[in-house]
Amino acid sequence: MSTPLWITLLNIFGVLIATVLLAAVLTWGERRLLGFWQDRPGPNRVGPFGTLQVVADMIKLFFKEDFIPRFADIPVFVLAPTVVMATMLIAFAVVPMSPSIGVADLNIGLLFVLAMSSIAVYSIILGGYASNNKYALLGSLRAAAQTVSYEVFMGLSLMGVVMLSGSFNLRDIVDAQAGYWFILPQFLGFIVFFIAGIAESRRTPFDLPEAEHELTAGFHTEYSGMKFGMFFVGEYLAVILISALITTLFLGGWHGPWLPPIVWFCLKTAFLVALFILLRASLPRPRYDQLMKFGWKVMLPLSLVNLLATAGILLWIA
Amino acid sequence: MNYLFYLTAAIAVLSTTMVIFHRNAVHALLYLVTSLLAVAVIFYQYGAPLAAALEVIIYAGAIMVLIIFVIMMLNQGDSTVVQERAWLQPSTWVGPALLSALLLIQLILLVSSAPFSAVRAFHYIGPKQVGIALFSHYVLAVELASMLLLAGLVGAFHLARHRKPETGRSGNAN
Repeated sequence: MSTPLWITLLNIFGVLIATVLLAAVLTWGERRLLGFWQDRPGPNRVGPFGTLQVVADMIKLFFKEDFIPRFADIPVFVLAPTVVMATMLIAFAVVPMSPSIGVADLNIGLLFVLAMSSIAVYSIILGGYASNNKYALLGSLRAAAQTVSYEVFMGLSLMGVVMLSGSFNLRDIVDAQAGYWFILPQFLGFIVFFIAGIAESRRTPFDLPEAEHELTAGFHTEYSGMKFGMFFVGEYLAVILISALITTLFLGGWHGPWLPPIVWFCLKTAFLVALFILLRASLPRPRYDQLMKFGWKVMLPLSLVNLLATAGILLWIA
Repeated sequence: MNYLFYLTAAIAVLSTTMVIFHRNAVHALLYLVTSLLAVAVIFYQYGAPLAAALEVIIYAGAIMVLIIFVIMMLNQGDSTVVQERAWLQPSTWVGPALLSALLLIQLILLVSSAPFSAVRAFHYIGPKQVGIALFSHYVLAVELASMLLLAGLVGAFHLARHRKPETGRSGNAN
């Protein structure tokens, strides 16, 4: 490697700390934005505009009693929340944020991200199983079925991008978008991936696993303190990861006029995160069977058609 | 490189042993997931990144999730641990263990007598080469496997079919 060690270390820790901090700040940002869109103030008491709400929440989570139920499967109960946070943070390693920022330049970067997001499911399944509680079990059953089904076309919808750029490497994919963004030829793929991404990070309207009116809190009913906090931060990390991926794959990554590359990357990602929150603020939750039916009967055929059409057109041109 | 390989291989072997000897089904499956991840790392170290990624996505990320899903739904609790303990008496496993140990010795002898340089050969196989090989030389195998999977899918669909009451819909050909 030609880059000096301290730059590599700066890259690694910079990306790590930035993503964790952003996920923490997002807990405040989301509530403020939700409040704005739903015509109510949101958290605005602690500090200017409520910005210190994050600190207050952190203090509360850290000092809460870390309760493990007597009937739980203790080693699995402790393991479960760490999985989602670890996999999401590892997945950030391959996301290129600007020509010089990005931890690993992996030639199968896209597959690596998909692999990490499929490992993250264990967190919910094991959390639900180890809690030994019927609400948690129902929540994690739903989560497992939902994530496994939505993962199928999440991967398929990306293959159009892979065909256009001819690589699984996320850096090559961004470089291939120097002329035009892939959202133009791959609009269908973008829509499918966006919806699958919402389902994968279990956000409203796809948050059936933790639907509070029927399952109390779903798979994390029994969790408290920082273990609950890790599930929570893991969810926000997933939102940021999906947004960063959409930016990289469909919105041209760091490409853009006038501003420096990293600013463009952050702006596009922030816009997508806000879109996630706007969807949560405005859409109701579907029924569970509607969710599964929509996945298998609408999204899967759509992504297959997209795959076939992209391949056909590319062969026609070549 | 070599030390990394031996470390990963040791993790894979240890976790697979734990799969066999663990009495709690879910804990055993977690060790199996670890073992699959270790095998994926070995694939990656020896120049097969696509195989590594597919190992994680398909085996660890989808198939094992479904197996844990089923075990979770059965939710048998502590009684199965006791049952398992009763089944894993030394008298049950001594015979098979001895025979497998003989096979292991044979395997070690065979591997150690093989020319060593051939084992070390390192080829990088990217996704493109895998695709070309699959759809040219092995296209028949791919088609056969897809037919098998389709048959399985049709069978599962038949078993899980929503049975409508016969009255009122009989005579409706479509």
